[in-house]
Amino acid sequence: MDRIYLDNNATTIVDPRVKEAMEPFFCQQYGNPNSLHGFGTEVHPAMRLAMDRLYAGIGAGNADDIIVTSCACEGNNHVLKGVYFDLVRSGPKSEILTTQVEHPCVRNTCAFLESLGAKVIYMPVNADGVVDGETLRRFIHPDRTALVSVMWANNETGLIFPVRELGEICRENSVLFHSDAVQAIGKIPVDVNRVPVDFLTFSAHKFHGPKGVGGLFIRKGLKLTPLIHGGEQMGGRRAGTVNVPYFVGMGLAMEMAVDNLAYEDRAVRRLRDRLEDAILAIPDTLVVGERERRTPNTILASFRGIEGEAMIWDLNANGVAASTGSACASESLEPNPTFAAMCISDELAHTSIRFSLSRFSTEEEIDQAAAVIRRSAQRLRAISSTYKNSK
Amino acid sequence: MAKNDLIGGSLWEQYSAIVSERMNNPRHRGEISEEEAKALGARLIVADWGAESCGDAVRLYWAVDPKTDRILQAKFKSFGCGTAIASSDMMAELSIGKTVDEALKITNIEVERSLRDDAETPAIPPQKMHCSVMAYDVIKKAASVYKGVDLSSLAEEDIVCECARVGLRTIREVIRINDLKTVEEITQFTKAGAFCKSCLRPGGHEKRKYYLVDILRDTRTAMEQEKLFAQADAGDFSAKNLIQKHRAIEKALDEKIRPALAADGGSIEVVDIRESEGTVSVYIRYLGACRGCISSTKGTLQFIENMLHQELAGNIRVIPV
Repeated sequence: MDRIYLDNNATTIVDPRVKEAMEPFFCQQYGNPNSLHGFGTEVHPAMRLAMDRLYAGIGAGNADDIIVTSCACEGNNHVLKGVYFDLVRSGPKSEILTTQVEHPCVRNTCAFLESLGAKVIYMPVNADGVVDGETLRRFIHPDRTALVSVMWANNETGLIFPVRELGEICRENSVLFHSDAVQAIGKIPVDVNRVPVDFLTFSAHKFHGPKGVGGLFIRKGLKLTPLIHGGEQMGGRRAGTVNVPYFVGMGLAMEMAVDNLAYEDRAVRRLRDRLEDAILAIPDTLVVGERERRTPNTILASFRGIEGEAMIWDLNANGVAASTGSACASESLEPNPTFAAMCISDELAHTSIRFSLSRFSTEEEIDQAAAVIRRSAQRLRAISSTYKNSK
Repeated sequence: MAKNDLIGGSLWEQYSAIVSERMNNPRHRGEISEEEAKALGARLIVADWGAESCGDAVRLYWAVDPKTDRILQAKFKSFGCGTAIASSDMMAELSIGKTVDEALKITNIEVERSLRDDAETPAIPPQKMHCSVMAYDVIKKAASVYKGVDLSSLAEEDIVCECARVGLRTIREVIRINDLKTVEEITQFTKAGAFCKSCLRPGGHEKRKYYLVDILRDTRTAMEQEKLFAQADAGDFSAKNLIQKHRAIEKALDEKIRPALAADGGSIEVVDIRESEGTVSVYIRYLGACRGCISSTKGTLQFIENMLHQELAGNIRVIPV
């Protein structure tokens, strides 16, 4: 049975060309880039190329920094903890503003900073599921706010946040602005010239690069206390020998992701809409958020009368990989805070299934997946005690 | 945390083969219609438990022989995860052939054991044990419908942990007997709180009537109090502080003196206790028939003082006011 992968917001297949580009840096050019000898220096051209690709990918200028990290989670920790040390713990500010729908790596880091005495405000989302400028204006304060951290696009719903407007409000108030762009890179344009961000974080494995490598953009001239202390790597901003093959892979993956944006917007969107139409053709289903407001690859659907874990179990048994935000499917049984913040009803939270496509998704796969989804919904509704046939 | 906890996403790997099989092909899914029940000469019982908003709901159908109370046929429908479906299926199976009273004895623990591939390996990971509880609850509901009684009349003692079926009394006893000081210890001793963890403290997966943190705190407070009382009552009278002396005197009055006075319709109360130069002066006021009684300044007073000397210490002086 050919499996169909529709969980690309969790992670993606490494593009074979990316893997190929990484190959030489395991057994041939394996030197430490900080060494002075030939083994060390011979990897520099590939690293420079990778760096150029990252800078070009998000429109960074030469005076800006992009630090190579282990993942977006590290980057987000770095920004939040760094700003806490620089401006809250030993500085004039007291508050960090974020949203109620951030990824746990932002939310839980903020909770940790609260335990150290920082005040964190978790801004609510509006009826469209995003934090808007009006809301930010209500909470931001030039004397108190140290940092505003808002995701570029949401991992569960794909909803895109008005980061440009939010960034401009931060500028007006002379407040630092960070955006977690992990779900945006490779799906929609991410340009630090258009959006006045001070910090931006991303992870390679969400755009067909390898796992365990990511990037942190820091606007020129900004101070940010390091998260990892040690050697002089990354200009002293992040210690630790750079993972050369993964960095090289991320560089190429970024270039390809940006080159593929038009394809993403046209072809992936078409397939996503095709799958979404097929889902909505099943009675008593709904999809969260308007299509135009979402990244072109994401669908958060609900099948009334079917518990989420049972659905992904059945889909998996029939070769389709998706994910659910149902509390029953989490290790901790904790309800998903994103759904609570979005005022998504408990029923919906327990029935939500996320399908996320990539540029590797094919029309054949989508049609096959649609058929599997239809059958699963039918089978599980037949044994559901709460589903009442509405036809 | 240990080696096995460091790689996440193992939820499904911990399901037994029987759970997977029952999830994919539940044997007792579906409904029993009135006609089908009638054909069996049975009464149809339909019971619902849970709600979609809680993430778990199940409906149980029983065809019960009204003459023998025996369950001839059982089916279920479920809005729930894999564990809920598999355990509902097993629960339905276990109830077939039993009388309603026998079926009432089926617990989620028995359902879980029946879903095991081998006797030693749990059928589901600990946090999913919670999802099997519904299978137990719906049986009680069905039985109450059949018997035409209120559900609460079938409830046993107060259950604190539904997953492991541990009651309030057991938990209090275990804390006392073993002098437990942490919630973790309660879990080690009773398994309460080892599964879905809702009963550990407020704010977990499910709202509970009792939480282990509260039971532990209240029981420890009660134990602490009893210990203080015991300490206050024991030991040498002269070594006690004034409050402890007061308690000791009141206790002696209650036990040895007031009953005797009450026999004659009188009583006394302690007005003050003062200590100076090795003497404890107890100022008392006579009440009831003792007031104005001639003996109150002579024989009765002597009796009180002697009794306190005998019970507590020789340096006590009783002064009526």
